[in-house]
Amino acid sequence: MSASRQGKSAADDAVSPGQPKAPGTTGSPRTPGSPGVSRTPGASGSPQESHARSWSGPGWGFLAKLLIMMVVNAIGVMAILSAYNAGSWVVLAVLVVLLLAADIIYFARRALPLKYLYPGLVFLAVFQMFTLVYTGYVAFTNYGTGHLGSMEQAVDAALIQAEQRVEDSPSYPLAVVRDGNDLGFAINDEGVVRIGTTEDPLEAVGGAVVDDSGTPVEVPDWEVVPRTDLFTDAALQERVVELRVPVSEAAEDGSIRTREGSTGSIYSSSLEWDPASTTLTDTETGTVYSPDDRGNFVSGDGERLAAGWYVPVGFDNFVRAFTDTAYAGPLLQVTVWTFAFGALTVLTSFGLGLLFAMIYNDPRVRGQKVLRTIMILPYAFPAFMSALLWRGMLNSEFGVINEWFFFGSGIDWLGDPWLAKFVILWVNLWLSYPYWFLVSTGALQGLPSDVSEAARIDGAGRWRQFRSITLPLLMISTAPLAIASFAFNFNNFTIIFMLTGGGPAFPGASVPLGSTDILISAIYQISGVSGGRADYGLASALSIIVFIVIGIISALAFRQTRKLEEI
Amino acid sequence: MRKYLGLGVSLFASVALVAACGSGSGSSDTEPTAETQETTGGGAEGAELVVWSDAERAEAIENAAAQFEEDTGATVTVVQKNFEDLRADFLAQVPTGEGPDLTVGAHDWLGEFVESGVVNTVDLGDRAGDFEQVTLDAFTYDGQLYALPYAQEAVALIQNTELVGEEAPGTWDEMIAMAEDAGFEDRPFILYTNGAEGDQYTSYAFQTSFGAPIFEQAEDGSYTTEVGLGGDGGQAYAQWLYDNGSAGTGIFTDTIDYDIGNELFSTGESPFIVQGPWVIPTYTDAGIDVAVNPIPSAGSETAAPFVGVQGFYLSAQSANALLANEFLTNYMASDEAQQALYDADPRIPALTTVAESVADDPVMAGFLSSAQNGVPMPNIPEMGAVWDFWNPVQIALINGEDPETIWPEMVSSIESAIAE
Repeated sequence: MSASRQGKSAADDAVSPGQPKAPGTTGSPRTPGSPGVSRTPGASGSPQESHARSWSGPGWGFLAKLLIMMVVNAIGVMAILSAYNAGSWVVLAVLVVLLLAADIIYFARRALPLKYLYPGLVFLAVFQMFTLVYTGYVAFTNYGTGHLGSMEQAVDAALIQAEQRVEDSPSYPLAVVRDGNDLGFAINDEGVVRIGTTEDPLEAVGGAVVDDSGTPVEVPDWEVVPRTDLFTDAALQERVVELRVPVSEAAEDGSIRTREGSTGSIYSSSLEWDPASTTLTDTETGTVYSPDDRGNFVSGDGERLAAGWYVPVGFDNFVRAFTDTAYAGPLLQVTVWTFAFGALTVLTSFGLGLLFAMIYNDPRVRGQKVLRTIMILPYAFPAFMSALLWRGMLNSEFGVINEWFFFGSGIDWLGDPWLAKFVILWVNLWLSYPYWFLVSTGALQGLPSDVSEAARIDGAGRWRQFRSITLPLLMISTAPLAIASFAFNFNNFTIIFMLTGGGPAFPGASVPLGSTDILISAIYQISGVSGGRADYGLASALSIIVFIVIGIISALAFRQTRKLEEI
Repeated sequence: MRKYLGLGVSLFASVALVAACGSGSGSSDTEPTAETQETTGGGAEGAELVVWSDAERAEAIENAAAQFEEDTGATVTVVQKNFEDLRADFLAQVPTGEGPDLTVGAHDWLGEFVESGVVNTVDLGDRAGDFEQVTLDAFTYDGQLYALPYAQEAVALIQNTELVGEEAPGTWDEMIAMAEDAGFEDRPFILYTNGAEGDQYTSYAFQTSFGAPIFEQAEDGSYTTEVGLGGDGGQAYAQWLYDNGSAGTGIFTDTIDYDIGNELFSTGESPFIVQGPWVIPTYTDAGIDVAVNPIPSAGSETAAPFVGVQGFYLSAQSANALLANEFLTNYMASDEAQQALYDADPRIPALTTVAESVADDPVMAGFLSSAQNGVPMPNIPEMGAVWDFWNPVQIALINGEDPETIWPEMVSSIESAIAE
């Protein structure tokens, strides 16, 4: 005999009279008295043909579908084209698959359930799977400070950093000159106008006209490019930025470059890029920097250029999280505390919420509505604000907690590792028990009174009633919420960040973590978003570990709750 | 049969729709170029510079850009962001090609920017001589200038003239004596520690007065990666923190965060505090008369606070490098633009002439003279690894932990973090 089944229907019956509980059930064999309690096979009735597929009649439904699908296809094809233009092949492939799937699903007769699931699946794919896959991808790279771009960008950066203005080089008034497709610079070197291109070094020309500021405005055989043209034509601008005009035949004399198109000075670069062998060579020392498998240019004797690029590093990040002596110890402590924090928060707040719910559910309590409203107040307050307020109240010297309740003694709530942990639990209890109060109140009111009555008649005491009847029945509806709450608190970044910031720091540890850091705040620290050196690869690897842990716990726990229902 | 018809119709319609959109965007792409080729000297129509800035400076940049827009015809779009987000967003977006052409930023981001290859060098040309040297040093990395500096700032000693007069104390002991004479034995000085998290930025001047720079400086003023904290000077500073913490005089506590510190000073609970120019309005609004002076020395050397410099970085991936350089060197480096930036957000300007003109104000003059004692905050990427160890140790020392063990421990942690 299933007590719960009986209890539920009894509860339903208790509330049902007079309430229209089953709107639109005409034609279904369900009786109005037992809606939604249990869906037995064969109770759904004969399925009606969907409007969008009804071929008979004027076919408005079909037309509407056709119109919507036209828009969907148009947007899809446009997105595919722009993905093609941008050269993002993965996005293109995904879009093609999604669009084809949409057309097949909505025009084929077979895939009825998919028609309803498809939009949801698309959103899941776009918003959830994408982030997940991308995080997974980053976890296998060394993406982070110093490894942010592509190899090409690292080469660009190295060349930029190696090119220095020659000491004592004056700024020459300069004009960009053009002859057909050839670009050159005309500079005014103390009254003498010199012109040169990439191939031909600077050479003096006669008959040039300069304006008041000394800038050449007219030179024979060349067309002076107006500055406004430079700024308008992006391609020309790029060419001018990259144009280097050698000062003389000797390379070590350097070459003229301009940065804003009106003045030029002599620069020389100490690095040379060889695309064929993908190496950078120091022109002064002859050192050759070649790419290594960690995304850096390294010379023969191990010297490294500043800028790198990101490369796949396999399982390195995962291995590091567990084996790197700097991380392993602190991360283990953080993990243990994360579990303790999640579990204790749920247990304490559930316990307190349930206790208050039982007290306020007693018919002898007066003014239940007002009291319940007051109980909900902390819940209605933004959590991060509460955390900040508590942080102020817990200040050991100026906080009201010490002043009012501990006679002005300087208890260092946030500075002591154990007290800080206690404080986190306490504030989180204060924040979350109203939620459990609400949930438990609802669940308690849904419990059948006849079962406990029967128990009372059988001579069960209050405690026995609670333990054997109330709690098990309550757990059926609240256990899934408890698991969700655990998962939420497992990743409850807000309270940690706002209340203690993870502190107090582990003394003497070589990573910047503290005793109240949970995994998610540790990941935030390691990611370096807050400042310091970023290591997105390691942070992503850790978040994947967290994801897997939460997944396993949730799966196990939901299994357990299913058992609860079979009492 | 009908489903194939449906497919056909929808495909046809979509192709038509796409064709319509495609031709629309195509024509809008080609038309402006045709126009500009016809008009001579029409300017950089369509050219757009994107500048990232925080809210305070956005307006000043827009004002400085007005003349530039008029001269060149380009548009300058200022995108407002939180100052704290600028660095991470710039690092993340420049490599994808989505970043701005220019961004406002602090000089200590430079090392990371260089290492990540996201910034281009800047050549101020003949204007370079007009800038305060410290501001140029701050944005110089490996001998190259990477940004246009526009403002510098440093913390200074702020005192309540009503309680202790205007005269500047020369040393730490003198200052404490002045405060005690005025009747503030319990709280002669407010050390801002950012609550229990620690804040060595503000107390750095005291550390340097013991001759313990965080990194050793090379001859030319640029920082090396050699940690300077480990010597006797560093140990003496640690001892000094300990002696004035809970185990000693009790002047230092780990309870003062930004708001509490300002509250205590504004209500006259203490006559001295070390803070930056940004708090002055808070104090004057509360009716306090302040005098600003260089930070007194606690050890035997000059107290040198960190000088923070703000400037404009140029993206290494900017497609408008020419235009952006024109904007930086010929417009933002002008006296008027620097004055406008000062008016929008009062920090000491980087251009010497503008800095001198704003130093008529005694408060600004105080901050300027404090900054002139100062050293640029290290801009090498290794600095990022320092804060997380350095700040907690300040708190630990104040709370009475043994300086003989935790200070050397911290030094070796920093050294190993840098070596990674």
